[in-house]
Formats: sequence, structure tokens, C-alpha cells
Amino acid sequence: MSAENKQVISREGSTDIHAQTAGSKAVKYILITLSVVFLFVMLVMPLITVIYEAFRKGLVPYLEAVSDPDTISALLLTLEATVIAVVINTVFGLFAAWAISKFRFHGKKLLVTLIDLPVTVSPIIAGLIFVLTFGRQSAIYPFLESIDFMVVYAVPGIILATVFVTFPFISREILPVLEAQGTDEEEAAALMGTKGFTIFRRITLPHIKWALLYGIVLCAARAMGEFGAVSVLSGHLRGKTVTLPLQVEILFGDNKFMPAFAVSSILVVLAIVILIVRSIVEYIGKRRGEK
Amino acid sequence: MKGTFFKTAAASLALITTIFAAASCANASASNAAETSGTASEAGKNYSIINVSYDPTRELYAAYNEAFKKHWESEHDSTVEITQSHGGSGKQALEVANGNPADVVTLALEYDVKAVEDAGLIEPGWVSEFPLDSSPYTSTIVFLVRKGNPKNILDWGDLARDDVGIITPNPKTSGGARWNHLAAWAWAQREYNNDETKVLDYIKTLYSHVLVLDSGARGATNSFVENKQGDVLLAWENEAFLSLKEYPDEYEIVTPSISILAQPSVAIVDKVVDKNGTREVATEYLNYLYSEEAQRIAGENFYRPSNETVLAEFSDTFDLNINLVTINDFGGWDEAFAKHFADGGLFDQIYEQD
Amino acid sequence: MKNNKRIIPGFGISMGVTLALLSIMVVIPLASLVVFTAKMDFSDIIKVITRPRVVASFEVTLLTAFIASVINAVMGVILAWVLVRYNFPGKRILDGMIELPFALPTAVAGISLTSLYADSGWIGGIFAQMGIKIAYTRIGITIALIFIGIPFVVRTVQPVLEKLDPLYEEAAGILGASRTRTFRKVILPELRPAIFTGFGLAFGRCLGEYGSVVFIAGNQPYETEITPLIIMSELQEYDYSSATAIALVMLAAAFLILFLVNLIQIRNSKILKGGH
Repeated sequence: MSAENKQVISREGSTDIHAQTAGSKAVKYILITLSVVFLFVMLVMPLITVIYEAFRKGLVPYLEAVSDPDTISALLLTLEATVIAVVINTVFGLFAAWAISKFRFHGKKLLVTLIDLPVTVSPIIAGLIFVLTFGRQSAIYPFLESIDFMVVYAVPGIILATVFVTFPFISREILPVLEAQGTDEEEAAALMGTKGFTIFRRITLPHIKWALLYGIVLCAARAMGEFGAVSVLSGHLRGKTVTLPLQVEILFGDNKFMPAFAVSSILVVLAIVILIVRSIVEYIGKRRGEK
Repeated sequence: MKGTFFKTAAASLALITTIFAAASCANASASNAAETSGTASEAGKNYSIINVSYDPTRELYAAYNEAFKKHWESEHDSTVEITQSHGGSGKQALEVANGNPADVVTLALEYDVKAVEDAGLIEPGWVSEFPLDSSPYTSTIVFLVRKGNPKNILDWGDLARDDVGIITPNPKTSGGARWNHLAAWAWAQREYNNDETKVLDYIKTLYSHVLVLDSGARGATNSFVENKQGDVLLAWENEAFLSLKEYPDEYEIVTPSISILAQPSVAIVDKVVDKNGTREVATEYLNYLYSEEAQRIAGENFYRPSNETVLAEFSDTFDLNINLVTINDFGGWDEAFAKHFADGGLFDQIYEQD
Repeated sequence: MKNNKRIIPGFGISMGVTLALLSIMVVIPLASLVVFTAKMDFSDIIKVITRPRVVASFEVTLLTAFIASVINAVMGVILAWVLVRYNFPGKRILDGMIELPFALPTAVAGISLTSLYADSGWIGGIFAQMGIKIAYTRIGITIALIFIGIPFVVRTVQPVLEKLDPLYEEAAGILGASRTRTFRKVILPELRPAIFTGFGLAFGRCLGEYGSVVFIAGNQPYETEITPLIIMSELQEYDYSSATAIALVMLAAAFLILFLVNLIQIRNSKILKGGH
């Protein structure tokens, strides 16, 4: 999944020649058909279902559903959480990747595993740990209460959960590139007395910018769609702590199926836009990488 | 090395401070709102209260909040905004106990409100704070079956038949499912003259016929109505009527020979209203539930009004002759919960002997 | 930790920021879980996690996650192969679609998969005629997990396949090895670490998945109740200790899987670097 690896993708021409020699036509078409059918049934059909259900009652009810004030406020909250998560994770990703790739220290493997951990932690547990840390059970709750700062069942909790589930996304993308690049150029620059930030801007950043962009796109995609962790922390206060995925759940529970799918369709469109952006980023990055 | 250490520490500290500062900013709007409601005893202020409720009251409170807003704003020189939250009753209670800033809770059963009380947020004695044990409307448990009742399900006994597939939510998480469980228990006790082994056998058979055990009442309704699972849905009466209203040609309601008087409870969350200065409006919010207007709204949303006059207006809708036991027949919620639903209780045993 | 390795500036600040954010976001919250569980007696923890229903949920979760990840491993290799080795119209679209499960909210996935695979749905209806129920069974859970896990194996195998030197295969081919034999003996060993990495990541993700599964699972104890759902219902019963105890088991599993994956990945990156 790393962009670095794709930058060094083999030239299409040579692989194709190779494909002709190595695989018979029949195998090729069987495998392609298998792939297309698999992706169609598993990925495309669910999308079609969403769009079909969303427009089943026509355009006007659809527009009414997506312009509902609660839906709008959910959209805004989702965007807010996504932007903050991307900013925090970008800062983190850059510093962490720099620290891990440019220096040697003990416990590096543990550090990397800890950073990756949020990906495999169940969203429910992700929500639970923040409830335990900042909720009424927690030792710091009286302090938070005294400064009137609500974390759990309020917007900060939702942001925390979103940052948590997307935590490693950007560092994971940058790290392999930085590691492959090695430290020679930076060392040379440092020996010539260049300042740290200048080294980063002039030498490191050009190498990682496509990986960084790719990580940001993935991070944004995942941040927008987080459901489990946010669900535990939200309290479902309508119009206040409800994100788009939660709004889908609420509408579903309200027996408003058409609106639920209509709101889902916003998320589907956002997902597709992000994927297109991702493909463009990857494509340009690949071409730049080859030159 | 020392230099590096100090730089590391300084960077960490600076960052932590920034994050907290940023987080406070993000929260500024929320606390601003709290401040306005805090000084809201003056005229022309905006009150904002949060009502944390359970699953099937979504439509009821959507209608009631409109009515209450009008009522409040016609009598006071201030406005009121009500924010709703719905979910499984047990889960909602837990969230309030954990810091969800509800001004009022309107939950499926007394036991769930008690959980909030146990967290120290509601003062003891809340049950008598409002009339009729703080339950302004009641409901009961009925069967929802497919049109024409193809499986001929007439009473609790039919649920033990092997050809019947049942949909009920999980009593561990759903308030409504606890009422279902107790209603079935009450019937079996009467049927088998309190012979516990026979009663337990019946309940075991019943659960072995459950096809989908959703976590909330709404989820169960969706499984039965939208995804067409099972032959009978054990449901809140109001929930069953709602499905009937939406699909009059597809379902019908069967009233069993015995059921339970389900008393949803309402309470003010003392800690929160005192902090927000919303006690007055929150009290009025719950009090007004007993007004004729609100009682009529409850009736229109298929809850049984507690006001006898209004109830009589809905005598066409509700089967008023239904034989209802109450939670007191089970020795109150504490006892019923410990026996049936606690970890290792009867419900767990039923599934463990599976 | 020798000073001569610190020619490049910025160790202090980058390490500081990394550790600070890591502590606030990951370590402290996870530690609070451990602290909370530590309040329980060890024997109580054991009692909680060996309750038959909990054990059954581990079984359901492991089984469905395993089957889904195996299917994803097989399909992932095929997809990666198709995307790397063949040219055909629409390839770029196919390639772009792989990350859809990342971008699509799990709740939306759950709802649409359920309506698709329920007996009244487009696909579920076909299977229902054959007497196979998909939604509300373990098959339904597996399908939701397949959906969630699609990108992992594809995206780990793809880059390795791209770097794999075709010379070996050609040599094997010239030497008269059959294509299946070439694949088994030459290509597969090279791909193996990547497949395991992808499999591990997918498996880890599937173990914890909640949003898409709850809608399609049916949530019957012993049959279709997954572990995250048990945690959720323990939470809903105010039983924090049980919830955290079970959560801790899952957390340990997640950590273990990740650690193994990282070990394999080190070998993997050696292969990547060794390529041309």
C-alpha cells in the first residue's frame, strides 16, 4: 500500500511483453473475469444499492433529505473532525517518520508497533479507552469539569476518536520512502552547516511529498467514515455530536430508510471523490518518480 | 545528550499545551452555549436542554418538543431548544452516568434511571417527583404478526411451537426486551401454576425460536418489518402500532391473554440542571408531559395516556381490557433484574444450557 | 545511542513530538484500559473471558475473520496479479476501486450489504431460492469482513509483484518448468511475506470490525455474536469491568498480530530492496 513502492513501478511495456510470454490468453481472461466479478459483487453492488435506495422516491425527497439541518450540521462536524485529524496526523507523521528513519535508537520496533496499533484496535475499544480516560470514571474528570471542558459525549471526544483511528496513516506512507532514501543527503547537508528545517524543506520534502499527499488522502477517507469509535463517544445528541455516519444510523433507526440512504449517498460520493483524487495523486507521483 | 533530552522534554510539553489549548478552542462554542443557559433566568434568554431517551420514543418526542416549545414560549419571555438523543435504554442510561450532559432522561424503565441515580447524578426519591411514579405514559407488550396471521399465533403458548420464528431484542441491552421477557414469564407462571422448572422450560423453548437478537427495540422492528425475518415480533405496543400505520396491509397486532404494564420513567438529572441553571425549564418539560395536550400527543403516538379522560378518547385504539401484571408482581426492578438479567442470571443460564 | 550518529539535527524535537502525541493519543488511553482491568482480580478476569458466551464469540470472530482473510488472501493475490501483469480496458478504474472499503463508512457498508444480502435483497434473494441464508448468519458476517479486508492483501502484494524480476520466471520457463510450477516454486516464495503481511493486517482489522458487521450479523448468542458486540453489550449493561477485560484480550491479540506482521515486513522490505 505504500506509494514509494509504486513510484518504482515497472514500465508497463515490459510487463506486458512478459505477460504474453508467461501466461496463456485463457488464464488471463479467467483471472480478469474473476477479479471483475469479485469487485463488482463485493464493492460495486453495495454502492448501486445505496444510490438506488436513495433515489427510489425521486429527486425532491432526496434533496429534502440531504438538506435537512441535522444532516448539514452532521456534514460540518464530519468535515471539522476530518480536517483536524489530518492536520494532527500530518504533524505527527512527519515528525515520527523523521525520528524513526533518520536516527538509530533503542525500542524502535516497539515504537513502530505502537504507532501502528490503532489500525488493528477494534473501534469499540478505541471509543472505550477514551471514555475510560476522560469520562466520569476517570481520575482527571473532576479537573476537566472544573475548567468546564467536556471531552466525552462532546465534539473533542469525536475529534480524539477520529485522530486515533487514523493515527498511523500518514507516518506509514512516509516512513518507507524515507527509509529507502537513507540519510546520506541529510548528513551531507548537516555537515555543511545547513539548519534542520532547511534540510527538511530542501532535501527531504521533495522526496516524500507524493507519499505525504497519498497518506493525507487515505487519512481523510478513513476519518470521514469512522463509525464504531465515534458511536461510543458521541452520545448521539442530534445536531450537536452527530457525524454523517452516525446520522445514517439515526435515520435508519427512525425508520426513515430513504433519507438514511440519501445521507449515505453523500458519503459514497465523498468516498469516490477521494478515490479519484488518490488515483490522480498516485498517477502523477508515479510519473514524477520515473523521470 | 543532556541537550537532546531537554529539547525532547520541552517539545513534548509545548505540544501537550498546544493540544489542550486547541481542544479548548474547539470546545469554546459548546461552553458558550452553556454560559448562556447558565444566566438564562433573565428574560429573553435561550434555554437549551438535552433529553436523553430510548429507541421507540423518537416520533413521540419529535412531536412533543414542538408542543412544549410553543407552550413554554407563550408563557415565558425566553426560548427553549431541545436536543434529543435516542438509543437502547440501557446504553443511554450508561452514557448519562458517564457524563453525557442530559438535563432530563426519559427511559424505558425505572431500573435504567436508577443506574443514573447510582452514578450520583440524580437524587434519590426521583420516583415521587412527578405524578404516577414519574411515568406520564405507559405501554405494554404485544405480538406483531404478518397479515392474516398465517401461523395462527394467538397467545404466549404458541411461541413455543416449533414452526414459529420469533424476533425480540436482547434483554441484556434493550429495555423493551426486558418487558418482553417478564411478560412471557408472567404468562408461563399462570399457565404452569408457578412450577419453576416448567416455566423455565417454556422460556428456554421460546428463546430457542428467536432468529435475530437485536441490541435495541428499533433494530428488532427493522429485522421483522424491513428484512422480513421471523413470524412474530415481540414488541412495544406503540412500536407495533407504528409499523401497522406504515404498512397497514402487511401486519396485524395480536394481544396476548396476559401482558405486562410497561412504565417508562422520566427524571430530572439534578447534577446537570443545577450546573446549567436549567432546573426550571427541565421541570416544566417533564410536568407538561401530564397536560392534556401532551397526553393526546402520547396517545397519537400509540402510548397509553395516564390521564383517564384522554385514555378514553383512544379506547378504539387500545385494548383496554388486556390483563396486565406490573413490575411489582416481580418484586420490583432490583429483584427482577438480579434474578433474570444480571450476569449469570436466568437469561444467561438459558443460553448457557444451549 | 552514540552521539556520532546524530549528525542530522532535529532528533530532540522530532522524538519529542512523536512521543508526546503517541502518549496522548495512544499510550495513555490504552494504559487506562490496562489500569482499569488491573483493578479486577486475575481470577475474575479469567472468569469473565471464559464465560461460554464470550468464548463462543471469540470462536465466531476468529472463524469468520480467518475465513474472510483467507478468501481475501487468495483474491488479493489474483487481483494484484491481474493489476500488475495484464493490460486491459478499465484497469485503472479497477485499481482505483480497491481502497473503497477504506473510504466507505462501515455503517454505510453494513446497511447496504444487509439490504443486498437479506432474503429480500438482490443477491440474497438468489441464494434464498437455493435455500441458503446469507444475512443474519455467519456467512453474512464473513461477507462483511471480506468487504472490509479487500485492500490489505492487494496493496501489500502489488508492489512486490511489480518489483519481482521477470528473468527468474523466464529462466524457469526456458528450463521447461510448467507455469503452475513456476508460480509455485519461483513466484510464490517471493510473495509469501507480503501475503502474510496483508493477511495479518486484514485479519487484525477483521477481528475488531464492528460497524459493518452489527447490521448483518443477527447478533444471536453462540451463533452470530461477535466479540466487539459483546463488549458493546457489556458496556450497555454498565459492566465496565467485563467489557474492559474482554477488550484487553482483543487488544493483546491485535498487538501480537501487529508485532508478527512487523517482523515479516522487515523480511519483506529486504526483498523489496533486493529487487531491480
